[in-house]
Parts: sequence; C-alpha cells; structure tokens
Amino acid sequence: MLRFTKTKGTLAATALGLALAGAAFADPVEDELVIEAEEGQVEIVTKTAPPAFLADTFDAIYSGWHFRDDTTRDLERDDFDNPAMVFVDRGLDKWNAAMGTGGESCASCHQGPESMAGLRAVMPRVDEKTGKLMIMEDYVNACVTERMGLEKWGVTSENMKDMLSLISLQSRGMAVNVKIDGPAAPYWEHGKEIYYTRYGQLEMSCANCHEDNNGQMIRADHLSQGQVNGFPTYRLKDSGMVTAQQRFVGCVRDTRAETFKAGSDDFKALELYVASRGNGLSVEGVSVRH
Amino acid sequence: MSSHLWYASVVAMAIATPAICETAPKEVVYVEGAVEASLTGAPGNPEEGVRVMTTNALGNCVACHQIGALPDVEFPGTIAPPLDGAGDRWTEAQLRGIVANAKMTFEGTFMPAFYKVDGFVRPGDGFTGKAGAEPLAPILNAQQIEDVVAFLVTLKE
Repeated sequence: MLRFTKTKGTLAATALGLALAGAAFADPVEDELVIEAEEGQVEIVTKTAPPAFLADTFDAIYSGWHFRDDTTRDLERDDFDNPAMVFVDRGLDKWNAAMGTGGESCASCHQGPESMAGLRAVMPRVDEKTGKLMIMEDYVNACVTERMGLEKWGVTSENMKDMLSLISLQSRGMAVNVKIDGPAAPYWEHGKEIYYTRYGQLEMSCANCHEDNNGQMIRADHLSQGQVNGFPTYRLKDSGMVTAQQRFVGCVRDTRAETFKAGSDDFKALELYVASRGNGLSVEGVSVRH
Repeated sequence: MSSHLWYASVVAMAIATPAICETAPKEVVYVEGAVEASLTGAPGNPEEGVRVMTTNALGNCVACHQIGALPDVEFPGTIAPPLDGAGDRWTEAQLRGIVANAKMTFEGTFMPAFYKVDGFVRPGDGFTGKAGAEPLAPILNAQQIEDVVAFLVTLKE
C-alpha cells in the first residue's frame, strides 16, 4: 500500500484513507502442511521468519500454498492425490532409461535419484568450476549433452520438467538455502534489479504484486508472495507442470512487456533472487497451485 | 470518380482518421494530474463506460477496484480503493487525468496508465510477450476514456 501514500498535494489524505481501508482483506490462510508420503509423513515449513534482507519488508514469509483455496491445498497433502506425482514417475523412468549415445542412463553415474537429495534446496547456485550461475535445468543439460552426447533438452520441455520434478522431490522438506554472497552476489543484485523494475505497458514489477499487494485479490486471483519454493508445481489451470522459469515468462508477459526467455541469464538471476526471498521455507518437491 | 465512389472514400477516411478535435496521448495536458477538456471533444457514454471497465480485454478496472454500483461483477479485486463516491471525491477533470495516467496524480502508483504510448521498459506487443514498437497503441482510446469518465462521475454516495 506504500504506493498510495506517495500522493501529491491535497489528494493525499483521501487516497491514504482509502488505501488503508482496502488493506484489511484476504490474508494468507492459517494452515499447516504435513504430506502423507510413501515413506511416511513429511512436515513442510510453509511459513517462517524472513531472511535478513527482508526483515523490514515482511513479518513472515509464506509459501504460495497458503494463498490457494482449500481444495487446491488439500491436493498437496497426500501423494496419492497430488497430480504432479505422475510427472515424478515419468522422470524416474527417464532417469533409468539408457538414452545416452553410449547407452548411459542417469542412474549409470548417479545411482538412484536419492543421490540428488539436497541439490534443489541450494539452487540456483554458482558453479565452482565455471563461475557461472546455474539453474537445475543447466545441470541436467550439462549431463544430457556432455556425458550422454545428446542434443540439449528444451528448458521448458516435457523431458526437462519430468526430470526437474524427480530431482526436486528428493529435497522435499529441506529448507531452501541459496547462497547470495561471494560469487553469487553480482547475480543476486542483477536479479534484485529485475524484481523491482516496472516492465511493460502496464508498468508492473514483481514487487508491485508480490511484495506490496500480497494477500490482496486481483480479480479472482489471490496474490501470493511469489515464492518459488514449491516449484516445479502442478498448475491446475495448465493441467501440467510449470517451472519457475516458465512462470516468470508468464508474469512478465502479463505486464504487456517483452519477456526475457526461459533459461536466459536475466531469468536465472531472477530465480536466484526470488529463491533467496524464500530461504527458510521447505522445498515442497512438487507442489499444486491453480 | 463517380459520386458513389467519392462518397465511399469520404466515409472510409472518416473511419480511419480520428475526429479532428480528439486529443492524442502525447498531447494531453495534465494540470496537477487533472485533464480539463474531453479527449474527444464530447461527453462520453456511461453505459459503454461500464462495459469498458468490466471487460478483461479493455479497461478491466474491476481487476483491482470494487464498485458497489455494479453488484453483478464477480470477484472484483481488492488492490485499489473502491470507486464508490468517486464522483464526489474528484472532479471530472481529475477523474479524466487519473484514468488517462494516474501517475500524474499519484506518484509511483500501481495503477497502469491507460492513455500512454511510450516511455516503457521493454514494451511488449500486447500480451504476446514479444517486443512492441513505441509508440504503442494506448490501452484505451480517447472515446473509451471518456466513456469511463462519464460513468465515474455518476458514482455519488
């Protein structure tokens, strides 16, 4: 509501009063997420203290799960109900498939997918060898091209999203903990700049909706804090998996702007920055949203 | 040229060319955020204004604003102030200025400028996600702005 306090002249008092009147709506739902999984119950931290750099911005950070309706939230409580699990299974089939030019599978080098436990929680990160900022898609493609000798997978292809779903699930329940200092700092700063830039003919930044107005309704949509700890997510509206990179494309497009491409340096930096805003929330593995 | 063809070409030109007294987006004069003169030189149609305000592909004002006078609108947004009484709080000129470019009244406001065509960061071609070339078409044309203003002035408590 900060935006409405910056009024000019005699209009200020009226506008401020109205802005405050409008702020009382639709907070995140108070609820707790414990997922019934094959291996037992998994407790998910969906609300926690903000990272230090957001201490003056939010009292608490919330997973997008808190902003969805009862039906959608319930779908994530049990793996039998979670439609994203189909894509995890497809990912597991690909993991074990001998698809490399030399007959390699992912399992040939990495054994079971559980060897990936913890990775999703620290992504994106700067690769120690190259100094480049990597999103999970980059690591998958490095294997696909360099070790398996295949053409690289599309950043938002079905193959890629199935694999991301499988790998992400291995870190379910672990706290997001992406590094923002050291070699990550310049990428993080770039992502932050994008987050606060008002793009397109609608002149909207990520912050306009997800920082200033989270909890409010934009028509029938309940604006969340824009956290990505739940991604990849099964999006009911799309009847399929959506990655953070894809969602960024959709959001920027909706401002009537020229988007950045999924997998571009700009959106990788944005993913690092947005992920860091959720440091402390649990990786949800594969979430459900609408 | 036969008189029939001559007549047809006059009609075509009349359709293609904005009315002579229409104010283009770049020519709008804001005085403390307000715009005194009608952008079309004529009063707008309030019923058409309601359509513009409640249609997603047009103004979609109800995405953010609630309007008590339009109880049939499903799921109005809560981001922005309700518009009830807007006609009491603001003059017609102020309302016109706010609809055309609210940033001239409320510095840094979230509200998009509906009659602005350039000066954007990464302007797009509508909702395609592709690049657009400035000047873009304004989100609403002069007539639509006037229609919205004509409805807003009726919102008295």
